[in-house]
Amino acid sequence: MAPMKVYGWAVSPWMARALVCLEEAGVEYEIVPMSRCGGDHRRPEHLARNPFGEIPVLEDGDLTLYQSRAIARYVLRKYKPELVKEGDLEGSAMVDVWMEVEAHNIEATLWPIIRHCIIGQYVGRDRDQAVIDENLEKLRRLLPVYEARLSVCKYLAGDDITAADLCHFGFMRYFMATEYAGVVDAFPHVKAWWDALLARPSVQKVMAGMPPDFGYASGNIP
Amino acid sequence: MSTNVARVLVCLEEVGAEYEVVPVDMTTGEHKSPAHDARNPFGQVPVFQDGDLILYESRAISKYILRKGGSDLLRESNLAESAMVDVWLKVESGHFSSTMSPIIFQCLVVPFLGGETDTKIVQENLEKLKTALGVYEARLSRFKYLAGDFVSLADISHFPAAYYLLGGSHTSVLDAYPHVKAWLAEVMDRPSVKKVVELMKLPSA
Repeated sequence: MAPMKVYGWAVSPWMARALVCLEEAGVEYEIVPMSRCGGDHRRPEHLARNPFGEIPVLEDGDLTLYQSRAIARYVLRKYKPELVKEGDLEGSAMVDVWMEVEAHNIEATLWPIIRHCIIGQYVGRDRDQAVIDENLEKLRRLLPVYEARLSVCKYLAGDDITAADLCHFGFMRYFMATEYAGVVDAFPHVKAWWDALLARPSVQKVMAGMPPDFGYASGNIP
Repeated sequence: MSTNVARVLVCLEEVGAEYEVVPVDMTTGEHKSPAHDARNPFGQVPVFQDGDLILYESRAISKYILRKGGSDLLRESNLAESAMVDVWLKVESGHFSSTMSPIIFQCLVVPFLGGETDTKIVQENLEKLKTALGVYEARLSRFKYLAGDFVSLADISHFPAAYYLLGGSHTSVLDAYPHVKAWLAEVMDRPSVKKVVELMKLPSA
């Protein structure tokens, strides 16, 4: 069986979502590195894989998938179905709920902060504190909901880790490298949950490919 | 009616479940009330209750309903097919409904609230929509439906935003995408969709 291939740049939080699930699945996979600054994602050979011109893309034999959460679900369903609570009607619903919550709230709130606090300085973009503050405000309203949830169970969908938790990793990784990590630290159950994620070998392995500055300072521009 | 509520109702209709709609009046801020907060701490609709189970997020609710009702619209007995359903569900959320949402808000909600449509926002999102529709057109020229040659939740999940697109002043956008137009017509022709459209037309919706 040929190893799965994942196309993209490893520093991408979207790529990280797919990679952490591949690590959890324990399957053999190969990263096919692409260059964002070189515009690889807009070239015809990539558009043939993903007509929306985005990464990551997963190839598993004849199957080509995109959308990082769809990739995450596929890999885990195939190799670690307990991580999507397959066969458990209510459990799988909770996994879906928290994956949707993450999709609609976390990425939208953390990514602008990450762009302005970390990336901006390397790409000649002035830091817009108003954008940062607006999203911090949204985050401060979100975190109590997470805190309440994680006070009643260890992980988002119950007492076991699932895809819902893993899907948060990429964006959290970079947000917690900004000067605003304290906003999360102020919520003890959220902090404990994040620390538990960080302790996982899968997360550590993927994080090793994600320098906190996306590689800009060392000249490894994504 | 909220597009997210409509999505859930269509799935209930697809599986023939018995259900009751409990109105939450967002114009009076009922969605921010303590009673609603206890149901959904994010203060949104829909909230779904099945016995002791309370769920929110319309696509999560939809999947639960379809699984419980034994529907094949998720194709979960086939790994590759269910993965394609997930891909196009994410595309629906990230590329279609996300561009339709500000258009619907500006063209329908803002005037209803007595404001003026921001045509710049509408135009920007129409351009994004056209870019996405180009990809849909290519896909639907190869396959009957989005996830493959089988209908799935990925197709039906487009219906709420599509309803407003088809009923609004920008329908002509679809003329350049004949396969998309035909596919949407087929989705809108499903009995479950027609039933929910009737509910969406009610003044209380």
